[in-house]
Amino acid sequence: MTKIKDFIGRYQLSHLLILAALLLVVMPLAMDIFRLNLVGKYLTYAFVALGLVLCWGYGGILSLGQGVFFGLGGYCMAMFLKLEASSPEHTAIQSTPGIPDFMDWNQLTALPWFWEPFHSFGFTLLAVVLVPALFAFIIGVAMFKRRVSGVYFAIITQAIAAILTILIIGQQGYTGGVNGITDLRTLHGWDIRTDSAKYILYFINAFLLIGCLFAARYIIKSKLGRLLVAMREREDRVRFSGYDVSSFKIFIYCIAAVFSAIGGAMFTLQVGFMSPSFVGIVPSIEMVIFCAVGGRLSILGAVYGTLLVNWAKTSFSESFPELWLFAMGALFIGVVMAFPNGLAGLYQSYVEPRLQRFKKTAEPLAPESETEVLTPEEIKPKQHAKDTESAAGEYSHAGN
Amino acid sequence: MLETNKSIAQKDFVLSIEGLTVSFDGFKAVNNLSLYVEEQEIRVIIGPNGAGKTTVLDLICGRTKATEGSIKFKGTELTRLNEHQIVHAGVGRKFQNPSIYEDLSVFENLELSFPRGRNVWGALTFRRDAEVVAKVKEIADMIFLGDKLDMNADLLSHGQKQWLEIGMLLIQDPELLMLDEPVAGMSVSERKQTAELLQRITKDRSVLVIEHDMQFVADIADRVTVLHQGQVLSEGSMERVQSDPKVIEVYLGH
Repeated sequence: MTKIKDFIGRYQLSHLLILAALLLVVMPLAMDIFRLNLVGKYLTYAFVALGLVLCWGYGGILSLGQGVFFGLGGYCMAMFLKLEASSPEHTAIQSTPGIPDFMDWNQLTALPWFWEPFHSFGFTLLAVVLVPALFAFIIGVAMFKRRVSGVYFAIITQAIAAILTILIIGQQGYTGGVNGITDLRTLHGWDIRTDSAKYILYFINAFLLIGCLFAARYIIKSKLGRLLVAMREREDRVRFSGYDVSSFKIFIYCIAAVFSAIGGAMFTLQVGFMSPSFVGIVPSIEMVIFCAVGGRLSILGAVYGTLLVNWAKTSFSESFPELWLFAMGALFIGVVMAFPNGLAGLYQSYVEPRLQRFKKTAEPLAPESETEVLTPEEIKPKQHAKDTESAAGEYSHAGN
Repeated sequence: MLETNKSIAQKDFVLSIEGLTVSFDGFKAVNNLSLYVEEQEIRVIIGPNGAGKTTVLDLICGRTKATEGSIKFKGTELTRLNEHQIVHAGVGRKFQNPSIYEDLSVFENLELSFPRGRNVWGALTFRRDAEVVAKVKEIADMIFLGDKLDMNADLLSHGQKQWLEIGMLLIQDPELLMLDEPVAGMSVSERKQTAELLQRITKDRSVLVIEHDMQFVADIADRVTVLHQGQVLSEGSMERVQSDPKVIEVYLGH
């Protein structure tokens, strides 16, 4: 177990590039398109986990409702694709041709006003990012300006996730109800169900994720990243150093929402539908678990954690479908109690020291700066390795 | 009473508190308090437990909202401002327990307090340039931590943490510095150093200190205000206050 400090500024480019190579080269070469598409689907959850690293790991804001933003992004994209799939020719047998099929089933005779702008792909792309950002901003202002935090905030986000699910299911004629928006086919005439399209979408998804990783890395390394760490420790001290604490919380919460929404939109494109089962409480909590397993202070851990848990979920639920939820609950409790820093923490305490020893014995004459250039600050944490005990204690209280 | 207050207020006070009252469910922790601090003055507030000393500092820095009364800092009414706006106006506050960022280094603690890039965009684009580094080093030398810049703040001794927090305020260059028991838990030599530090930094600013250590109070105070049950009991030089029978009655006599 290591300290927060040890994670800051430690995202060496090399680690990020290894992940990029894994996603862009190794996986596409090693897997058939079915498996690759599955990985692509998992990676869309990694966007959410990445957002949670920033907002929960660094900002100390535990949101149990990130599925809301995943869903909003996904639904925006699904609305565009559904409109394209509902051209008058395709829907000629309906009583009102030219509107999505579920609207017709629900006796709607015209497209609702808020669906209209989703005829435009440009508007849709903007909406994917801006609708969740605006929603997060409103929640953020309402909560953080009133200094709602900790457990109360988590419960409220969970309530919002539940409310949105109920709303989507209840308004069947406008949203497709519990089935969601299904039967999505083409994007500007390009069939997204073909293998070649799935390859292309996988790569777009991977590039977007790597882009988000770079953005997250920039934020963490900036003064804002250090302020977030300072805030979760001594919020009052930050406030009385002249910072408007709530504006920083709102910002990081909005960033997490935007990341989640990009993931949601890519999910819709790769999987071909969007439904309320990705919005509610259970998926939102699952995403927190992905983040916790990867290590909530590690942006790369978020990606590995998501892949690992989902791989386990897929293998496990093939044999014991009804046991998976229990297994995941146990996993969450286990991680929180035994390795609060998740995979990233394990890597840092066990793998990295060995790697460094190996490097030293393998090339005793090689200059140390060859692989990574450490600034004085990055070297520093090592001299504090001895007080990891106290850090462990600190961690168990960090959530308060 | 009002007339005299008015004439006093026209003088050059950095801080003028008038008729300040705060009531918590009917209990008046601070009751119709008036207090004036001059430029470059070190004012010490003493008083028995529960006298409202910390509450007064909370009211000035915006942590607690006043029920009634006014707090004017260089002509600005502070009771209407948010905490961070009060800091921007030039008021710095040190808490009773050392309140520093233990996960960050001494350098980073001071850097985060440097008054630049205080909004979201500013924090994202903040650069550690020569000006920041020079200022951090200057302050670190002043608070006796010049050789500990790279150390993690949780490894500092209790007294050093107190200094670091004072340094975090100094780097903001506030015109009014408020310190809540700055020498609590310090060794004798650390107390002495702190007294010297306070004498030095008060050249450019006013300082409002809460302290229990009478020797320390006598060392640093220009004037002393004794609070009792949320009101001013006595005010003046240390000798005058110490010989005031009312003060002896409620406080020093114990």
